[in-house]
Amino acid sequence: MADLSKKYDVLVAGGGNAALCAAIAARRAGSSVVLCEMATKFYRGGNTRHTRNIRCAHDAATETLSGPYPEEEFFQDLLQVTQGHTDEVLARHMIAESKTVLDWLPEQGVRYQPSLGGTLSLGRTNSFFLGGGRSMLNALYLTAESLGVEIAYEAEVVDLDIDNGMFLSATVQRGAERHTVRAATFVAACGGFESNIEWLKQYWGPAADNFLIRGTPHNRGTVLKMLLDRGVQETGDPTQCHAVAIDARAPKYDGGIITRLDCVVFGIVVNKHARRFYDEGEEIWPKRYAIWGRLVAQQPDQIAYILFDASSLKLFMPSLYPPIEAASICELAGKLSLDPDVLEATVTEFNAAVRPGTFDDTILDDCRTEGIKPPKSHWARRLETAPYYAYPVRPGITFTYLATKVNKQARMLMSDGKPSANMFAAGEVMAGNVLGRGYAAGMGMTIGSVFGRIAGREAAANARN
Amino acid sequence: MLATEKAGARPGSHATALLAEADRLMTVCNSCRYCEGLCAVFPAMEMRRAFPDGDLNYLANLCHSCGACYVDCQFSPPHEFDVNVPRVLAQVRNESYAAYTWPAALAPMFARNGLAIAIVAALSVAAFILGFAAWHDASVIFGTHTGPGAFYRLMPHNAMALLFGLVFLYAMVALAMGLRAFWRDGGVAPLAGGLWQAIRDAGTLRYLDGGGIGCYNHDERPNDRRQFYHHLTFYGFALCFASTCVATLYHYLLAREAPYPWWDLPVVLGTLGGIGLIFGPLGLMIAKLRRDPIMVDEPHLGMDFAFIAMLFATSLTGLLLLVLRATPAMPLLLALHLGVVFALFLTMPYGKFVHGLYRFAALVRYAKEHKAFTSR
Repeated sequence: MADLSKKYDVLVAGGGNAALCAAIAARRAGSSVVLCEMATKFYRGGNTRHTRNIRCAHDAATETLSGPYPEEEFFQDLLQVTQGHTDEVLARHMIAESKTVLDWLPEQGVRYQPSLGGTLSLGRTNSFFLGGGRSMLNALYLTAESLGVEIAYEAEVVDLDIDNGMFLSATVQRGAERHTVRAATFVAACGGFESNIEWLKQYWGPAADNFLIRGTPHNRGTVLKMLLDRGVQETGDPTQCHAVAIDARAPKYDGGIITRLDCVVFGIVVNKHARRFYDEGEEIWPKRYAIWGRLVAQQPDQIAYILFDASSLKLFMPSLYPPIEAASICELAGKLSLDPDVLEATVTEFNAAVRPGTFDDTILDDCRTEGIKPPKSHWARRLETAPYYAYPVRPGITFTYLATKVNKQARMLMSDGKPSANMFAAGEVMAGNVLGRGYAAGMGMTIGSVFGRIAGREAAANARN
Repeated sequence: MLATEKAGARPGSHATALLAEADRLMTVCNSCRYCEGLCAVFPAMEMRRAFPDGDLNYLANLCHSCGACYVDCQFSPPHEFDVNVPRVLAQVRNESYAAYTWPAALAPMFARNGLAIAIVAALSVAAFILGFAAWHDASVIFGTHTGPGAFYRLMPHNAMALLFGLVFLYAMVALAMGLRAFWRDGGVAPLAGGLWQAIRDAGTLRYLDGGGIGCYNHDERPNDRRQFYHHLTFYGFALCFASTCVATLYHYLLAREAPYPWWDLPVVLGTLGGIGLIFGPLGLMIAKLRRDPIMVDEPHLGMDFAFIAMLFATSLTGLLLLVLRATPAMPLLLALHLGVVFALFLTMPYGKFVHGLYRFAALVRYAKEHKAFTSR
């Protein structure tokens, strides 16, 4: 069991990808390192457990990547998904560093594989972890342990002693005991606050009670809040979070990737009043899936239903929960507790508005509606082949954007703009610096690995001086 | 409507509760697919959207129990999704052995296989010793016999050959019938190809490697050596079998009678194989004892142990016989050895031995499917 009474060179708060990369980098640079993970050993790793790939720039195809992904292209992708809400200097630095991270991770035991079935579009840009995120974590933990990183499980940082931007010690609760852990430097790598429903309610009101949290229940933002309260500069929109529509039958926390539904484009989506509320065929799914969490969050009771018919059932990946099935729209309404007359009317109106076209779900096809609001711009086909199906969906929160401001050294900046003497941040807790809004697959892991490695390196250098 | 039953559960009929659970797991896994690169089970799963019993038995027998998907899974217990693929597929696999047994009336043998093996072995040994004694006078059993034909002074070669020929033939028929039932239950497979690929995959134990870095057994470290011990066991068995075949050819074609000198082919093959069959089963047995209980199909452990123990006993008695064949212990050891081998053959279709056949058949099916799928 990790000795929490010793003084360390580096204290890492958190136990996910960013924390491990920081701990390993610092240890390899010669520092003594203690890592405090608040979860049990099984649940260690926060949201990294649910990840599956990392986006790194590279100049040539590799064994598992189908082609080059130049730095500039990565930056343009980032600009596009964030709509410009990024810190260009930091972002470009991250992208440049990601090139060597691509090789650095396998040196720490992480294994890649070609993109998974159904994710061909990411085959050139994203390296998939063989066995998924937990496999990646297991490798990093084994490496950290063998290097001599002290790892404390069920050890939560509950207080921070910070004097004028200088970290002095942390209070760590482990089991029934409280320890004052002293270290020369501090790395915060312990996530955002999406699991803290009370905090979410400050911005979303009672609607947040109906949110499902896709990852760890531990990302309560305790350390983030303490840092901001003690003078660290904040960045990123505190009111925003990344939200997708997931199966409403998913558990409150930790349902992970498998509760997602990729069938919006094949049908129509109605709210609890059985009415449509947004263009389901606006854009190809990978470009639009992330808006549906917010859209559903804005509907009454934060619930919606994806409706489709038998002709679409096998067009998308099999789902975790079975679709709700009925022989008629009326019966389906009954099973969903929707007003059958309104639902019938909605479907009839939609069907009547569908123009003839050639259906092709791989392109922006010419199947569209005319004369209804909202329209369905592509892939619009009549719901007319029984049986009819529905998935209930709710907003599934992935992460939050509120962050501690950092510089290129991953060093936290204080509210007066001065760099902290010895505090660093990596991963979701500082993601908002480069990811002001939006998301593209694998970027969370890029931020975690790149800034984790930088934070570890810089903390070690800091501790030496 | 929003009440959650166990995630992934589907309405539908399965022959057993375990098959229903396997269906649930494959449904969960099919909506995740993170383990796609670890082995053949998950790519085979991805070629399907629904999982009838025959398919589940196929997938279960395709699983080599490397443990990687359990260690890598974010939903393994204590997570509420309770995804424990290695254990459930081990359970389904063991159930499937009984389901495909020929004749079906002997299916209950699997459930009590540890016990059954012990009883059959004891009876076989007793029968052989009595047989020796009956053939000659009891004093033969404690005499010293050397030179060509020494073994057959206890029991004539033809009697021995007849006895083993019959039991071997029976085992082959029973195994073939089981294999046929297993293959048919998996549905129609593409006709062409797959055999050579499957031979390579089985011969190298390609999927007993934890997806490349080694298997998991007692914790999250991939330092398990079951692949090595299984190679010792399998190739040891193959060498022993080859030794028997060569000796039979010697006997009938060259009229050369056992025992053979130490440098002769049957003895060299048998000795090398025997050494493999000593250390292989020992390693596997130790690995079994150390395995994380959460991945183990507890009720069927006896069957695993019984088979490993029989292989070990076959080899041990055979090697002892080799070393002590010029002493008065020979007749007793020969009786023991033949008794154990007899029991091994007789119980083959009703114990862990069948895993090799079904897994090989599953690999053939997978190779065929994979080929058809990728060429599409």
